[in-house]
Amino acid sequence: MSAGHLPILQVAIPLIAAPLCVLLRRPGLAWAFTTLVSWALFAISILLLIRVLADGTISYHLGGWAPPFGIEYRLDAVNSFVLLVITGIAAVVTPYARQSVAQEIAAPRHNLFYALYLLALTGLLGITATGDAFNIYVFMEISSLASYVLIALGPSRRARAAAFQYLIMGTIGATFLLIGIGLLYMMTGTLNLTDLSVRIHEVPDMRPIYAAFAFVTIGVLIKLALFPLHIWLPNAYTYAPTAVSAFLAASATKVGAYVLLRFVFTLFGQEFSFERMPLMEILMPLSLVAILVGSGVAIFQTNLKRLFAYSSIAQIGYLALGISFASTSGLTGAIVHIFNHAMMKGGIFLALGCIMLRTGSVELSALNGLGRRMPFTMAALVIGGLGLVGVPVTSGFVSKWYLVQAALEADLWPVALLILLGSLLALIYVGRVIEAAYFRTPAPEAPAYREAPWQMLLPTWILIAASLYFGVHTEITVGVAERAAATLLGGAS
Amino acid sequence: MDILNHINYWAAIALAAIGLYAVVARANLIKKLIGLSLFQTAVFLLFITVGKITGGTAPILDAAYEVYSNPLPHVLILTAIVVSVSTLAVGLALAIAIKRDYGTVEEDEIHAEDSAAGPDKA
Repeated sequence: MSAGHLPILQVAIPLIAAPLCVLLRRPGLAWAFTTLVSWALFAISILLLIRVLADGTISYHLGGWAPPFGIEYRLDAVNSFVLLVITGIAAVVTPYARQSVAQEIAAPRHNLFYALYLLALTGLLGITATGDAFNIYVFMEISSLASYVLIALGPSRRARAAAFQYLIMGTIGATFLLIGIGLLYMMTGTLNLTDLSVRIHEVPDMRPIYAAFAFVTIGVLIKLALFPLHIWLPNAYTYAPTAVSAFLAASATKVGAYVLLRFVFTLFGQEFSFERMPLMEILMPLSLVAILVGSGVAIFQTNLKRLFAYSSIAQIGYLALGISFASTSGLTGAIVHIFNHAMMKGGIFLALGCIMLRTGSVELSALNGLGRRMPFTMAALVIGGLGLVGVPVTSGFVSKWYLVQAALEADLWPVALLILLGSLLALIYVGRVIEAAYFRTPAPEAPAYREAPWQMLLPTWILIAASLYFGVHTEITVGVAERAAATLLGGAS
Repeated sequence: MDILNHINYWAAIALAAIGLYAVVARANLIKKLIGLSLFQTAVFLLFITVGKITGGTAPILDAAYEVYSNPLPHVLILTAIVVSVSTLAVGLALAIAIKRDYGTVEEDEIHAEDSAAGPDKA
């Protein structure tokens, strides 16, 4: 096996593994197989990132057909970093999933669950790796269709209603993207992203390109769940099986952010997106509203999964805010936040899964006095929460630092103030969790819950520890993010 | 006649608008799915009609012809049709599951049942 084929293996392995997984009737076997696959993918993504950082962009030609006629997989600092985040999350969530899935999903369906999980992973990795616009659409639909079903597998009947709502919204978003890609193809005759980025500026009549920009941006924003296109997200994350919530919260929206970056900076180019189209004027207010409304609504939630789903909407606001600055520090902040938020939110949802396993509920009231009964789980939840607030030494601080810096560089100090206000709101909802867990006594009739099993605690703590580690040792994440930001701002090349 | 020249665009826009309207305005989940399908099909029409070149023939190399239609949009849309059919299938399966769980496929009745059951209870 030659190392030259690594980019396609990233997508081909989970795609082939998914139908094989259906054949593995024994739940333990399907789980072990999926775990192996996710670890292999993680190893490949590490190799790819190392190669990209050492030798620059990798261009892989599918079937040996040269671009722009063949499909090209193009890996630069941006998407190899996102690949690392997604496979890393999958490598941690899959081992964890066994007990959580065993509790929430009937045993005969486990092989199907893992097959869908692998398909969702295939889609997300495909979107990230490919350099072809139509391919992005197809992979987006692969990951979305798998996610709809994964969400519908949730224990409550509301999971089905939430999945249906997501299906409607998601399909409209993807079809908008398809319209945009169609318009681009009509005007340029190419689908290769690199080729497109050159040719759209040679088009004599720019009006269809403007329309394409609008369709693509809105389609991606629905997938990204930026306010006000976020309606599908809280229900989907609340009612999905916990392992699915953790996986999707940590990876799916990150890929949405990546697609936005790719289209806005690589394809349309910074000059087109921010000077000829008013992207900053649209994205910045929406991000700020997302931060404030998401955090504000999170404060009043009593279901913890819903609480952290609304917090995700706020965090997506931070991501989009970083993109809207279109400056090096803004993009560095956004790309670092893709990584950091994946760690923190992944860790938090995994901790919620531990609580769900032991207490059978993720209501705030179930937390009463849990700090003494499940000390490790609750400590993970609190540290993850403090990361969302942006307390120093957590990685959340690093991303917010860059965002505030970007706001000050752009002379937008009210924006910097609003970022800090968002952190204060986050402090309130995290404070409610801390208060319930450590300062309230459990109800007298509550059984003495045991700590979660180590197979679930270990993955949770790997993510939380990673978020602490990268909060102190910022060279790796910020170093890669700065390179990625430079690649994006470097123009078409 | 500018409008007649672009009749394919107008048809696609009209179908897409009708489809989207049905998705938004209808409370019945099946009708929503029909609207969604219509919306997707309208986009397919947009793609396919663009591939047509006046006087062009099927893209099979032959000495007798010089102008060929563009086959690539058809290939793309073949893929997109597969996606659309899968989406419809998943959507209908979800609608069946919802009917089984809630006893209805009307959105307002589902919301009513959910709020009657209290916040976040199954």
